[in-house]
Amino acid sequence: MTDNRLSAGQRLARLLTLSLLLCLLSAWGTSAVAAVSESQARTLLDALDTGNFQAKGEAAQAIADSDAEQKMRWLQALLDGRLGKERRGDRFYIITDDSGREWPIIDAISYEDAGTGTRRTVDAFRINNDLRTQLQGIMASLSLASGDEASRLQAADRLLGEVSSDNVETVRRTLADEESPAVRERLEMALALHAVAQGDAEALETLRGNLDTRVRNALTPIAAGDDALAEQTRAVLDGIENKRAWYSRAQTLFFGLSAGSILVLAAIGLAITFGVMGVINMAHGELIMIGAYTTWLIQQALPGQPGLALALAIPGGFLVAGAFGVVIERTVIRFLKGRPLETLLATFGLSLMLQQLVRTVFSPLNRRVSSPDWLQGSWQINEALSLTLNRFGVLLFCLAVFAALWALMRFTRLGLEVRAVTQNRAMARAMGIRATRVDMLTFGLGAGVAGLAGVALSQLTNVGPNLGQGYIVDSFLVVVFGGVGNLWGTLVAGMSLGVINQVLQPWVGAVLAKVFVLVGVILFIQKRPQGIFAPKGRTS
Amino acid sequence: MTTTSLRRLIAGSSIALGLSAFGGAAVAQDEGPIRVGILHSLSGTMAISESTLKDEMLMLIEQQNEAGGLLGRQLEPMVMDPNSDWSLYAEQARDMLTGDDRVDVIFGNWTSASRKAVLPVVEELNGLLFYPVQYEGEESSENIFYTGAAPNQQAIPAVDYLMSQGVERWALLGTDYVYPRTTNKILEAYLKDHGVSDDDIMINYTPFGFSDWQSIVSEVSDFGSQGKKTAVVSTINGDANVPFYNELSNQGISASDIPVVAFSVGEQELSGIDTAPLVGHMAAWNYFMSVDSDANYDFIDNWLDFTGNDDAVTNDPMEAHYIGFNMWLQAVESAGTTDVDAVKDAIIGVTVPNLSGGASTMMPNHHITKPVMIGEIQDDGQFSVVWQSPSAVAGDAWSDYLPESANLISDWRAPLRCGKFNVESMTCEDGPGAE
Repeated sequence: MTDNRLSAGQRLARLLTLSLLLCLLSAWGTSAVAAVSESQARTLLDALDTGNFQAKGEAAQAIADSDAEQKMRWLQALLDGRLGKERRGDRFYIITDDSGREWPIIDAISYEDAGTGTRRTVDAFRINNDLRTQLQGIMASLSLASGDEASRLQAADRLLGEVSSDNVETVRRTLADEESPAVRERLEMALALHAVAQGDAEALETLRGNLDTRVRNALTPIAAGDDALAEQTRAVLDGIENKRAWYSRAQTLFFGLSAGSILVLAAIGLAITFGVMGVINMAHGELIMIGAYTTWLIQQALPGQPGLALALAIPGGFLVAGAFGVVIERTVIRFLKGRPLETLLATFGLSLMLQQLVRTVFSPLNRRVSSPDWLQGSWQINEALSLTLNRFGVLLFCLAVFAALWALMRFTRLGLEVRAVTQNRAMARAMGIRATRVDMLTFGLGAGVAGLAGVALSQLTNVGPNLGQGYIVDSFLVVVFGGVGNLWGTLVAGMSLGVINQVLQPWVGAVLAKVFVLVGVILFIQKRPQGIFAPKGRTS
Repeated sequence: MTTTSLRRLIAGSSIALGLSAFGGAAVAQDEGPIRVGILHSLSGTMAISESTLKDEMLMLIEQQNEAGGLLGRQLEPMVMDPNSDWSLYAEQARDMLTGDDRVDVIFGNWTSASRKAVLPVVEELNGLLFYPVQYEGEESSENIFYTGAAPNQQAIPAVDYLMSQGVERWALLGTDYVYPRTTNKILEAYLKDHGVSDDDIMINYTPFGFSDWQSIVSEVSDFGSQGKKTAVVSTINGDANVPFYNELSNQGISASDIPVVAFSVGEQELSGIDTAPLVGHMAAWNYFMSVDSDANYDFIDNWLDFTGNDDAVTNDPMEAHYIGFNMWLQAVESAGTTDVDAVKDAIIGVTVPNLSGGASTMMPNHHITKPVMIGEIQDDGQFSVVWQSPSAVAGDAWSDYLPESANLISDWRAPLRCGKFNVESMTCEDGPGAE
């Protein structure tokens, strides 16, 4: 059915890939490569010089089938867009480095150094998505001599839903010879899917609970019938859908926790400065931004080592933002004690100044902070559930920061003093606590934690002068919702707002989800002004 | 003296006064340098894209002055910075168009919001504005020349290309403002005309600067796993693109699974991203830096020399300004004056070479003809052109795919002189021709 909609070219490409896959699986292939004459090589390459991508694909296949010993290098260069032809001539080149204006080039046939080429002198052969896929298939089959388990697994995986009466025997034979259990499982799945399509009800058992979407898509048309097989298929499909739904709920929960962890990270510094000290710090977002820029600066100083740079940025971002915090407290906030409106205006002005400072020093353009390899990609738990590593990392980081902060407040002398000053400033001073020093350190701590949030955010979003602005409103929302002056409240509030937001998002869209959350929090605050967790005892 | 003759005298003298005032203005206009206004944000969120266009205009003006100026006079740039604040665009346009140092032409704006703010000002003060960015259409002003793409020069051909590649399911993702909403409305109507069912279209909007893409990308991946070939059509604007593409690559969605074709991502935007995981995702424009033509290579060389940066990139809106500037030069040359009304009449039909080796013509609806190209992202941050329209396409101000504008055309030539002419009722809904 689907085949009718495919063009002849696509069908050909598909057939080609399939036969290659089978070759790959049965580990067949000749490695007898003999050199071809220069004119033959020229003919092979000349066939690539066409605007028609299908013809190009056939030319690439011809190269793969030929005896040219340079064929791997040609195909790789073609895949990279670095194989080209002289514009006004008939030499073929491989561009060895295509950055900048002048590229070093070598002759594609003799590999002799050919000086430099430019956009004006070399026409690189272009490829498109279909051709790219085809080339990757061709190259996989060429490097088959190695035939390692990973490439066999990949090939077996691509067979799913592609088994037909033409190749079913080959697949069965391959299965009989195969030893790796993972590859066997894939092959059995592919065969079972074919068997069900042929009307074999027993094969359904193999597919029960399978989470691969291709299995579901292949079974759906079979379940549409009204015979016994269709009924059994429906039951299996229901099982699959049920299982997928559970995993999808788990995924939404993870998305929510991950979004929540960003909120918590951004808000927890504010929970200290606003919650504990009662200072409305509108420059909090800019302290986050400073943390992010510190990460970028450290990465610039350590090129090629994003992992080490990120590790160093954690203390670095904390100290730099903390230092800014201490300076802000000493120069501005302590003179405005007890005047919240003026503090608000002064820190708002400060936030504008910090933004402009960054614009002047680093330019208004966004900076790219790269992620280390271990924070890229995702952790594939099964076909239906995968967790992206950068967000998972931020979630863990958030919990670690929270635990450290909680321990600091609970077990250290500074924490004790902070709590004492919060509860009753006058009494604390009477007991010999230097309240001004505590203020300074508390504000510095809050700012430092904001810097840590910046380090984490640099892995998720753009680092630019406006980075902080997007988080200031959310942060206040979380602190107020959670209950002013309560770290646990901030954690619970941030996480629940994150989850609510992510649950709403697929239903109403990102914009409305945010509106609903905001309205919900406003209504909640009307009902319970002290937030989720009310502060215990008297507040000064 | 009778009252009638008194009245005549007053009328006559006021006409004379008016004429002399007009003559005086004309004289003042014809001496000294010709002023070229540049209205692009050099700070704020749009600075990323717009500051390049300001530099490009300075380069073009400098080159023209070296070549002898225009009408024997030098060109003088007048640069403003509207700070990405839409109302400031209108204010500064008003500044530019009033007073003794009134500019003769303005090159500027990027977002549709800022263009909508400037539109009443240039119409009221009879200015000239060249707008270089692809936009949603559904507009035609007597005083604005749209050198960027209209939807039929970008969005529709891109969708056609994807259909030819076998795409049957469509996720339309956009930033929540006028350009993506209008474009998606047109695309939705177009797709339904071509037999795509409601179930196979997903539409989603996100705010400016959005960065929490995880659930939307996962939703798209789910949407695309139903057994039909799926593509994303992205009208996501500005820096929200960086986290979007990062999330795509983190969730392992490659161009061979679900290709993304973007209308607002060009070389400039990609210069901030590692493009290796994005190879094969597409963009539709009327120009790419990789376009193979000598005019393009000359332009790139000049640009790299002017900026002194070997890594500087060129992009589609830059080409639009290049075309618009040359059209304006030619119109002023042929009119022999910078007078706005004369230039407006002279520019229609003007044809200048574009950077992809062809030529662009100013059409009577104030849009231009351009070739349409689809490029795939390469690992060096450039695009490789995989499809190009066989000939240049004329921009359509009023989309044929929306019921409310299907009957509308725009033609600013005399005698019609109408920006919104209904061909069914044969009436003009907007423009001097309406009276």
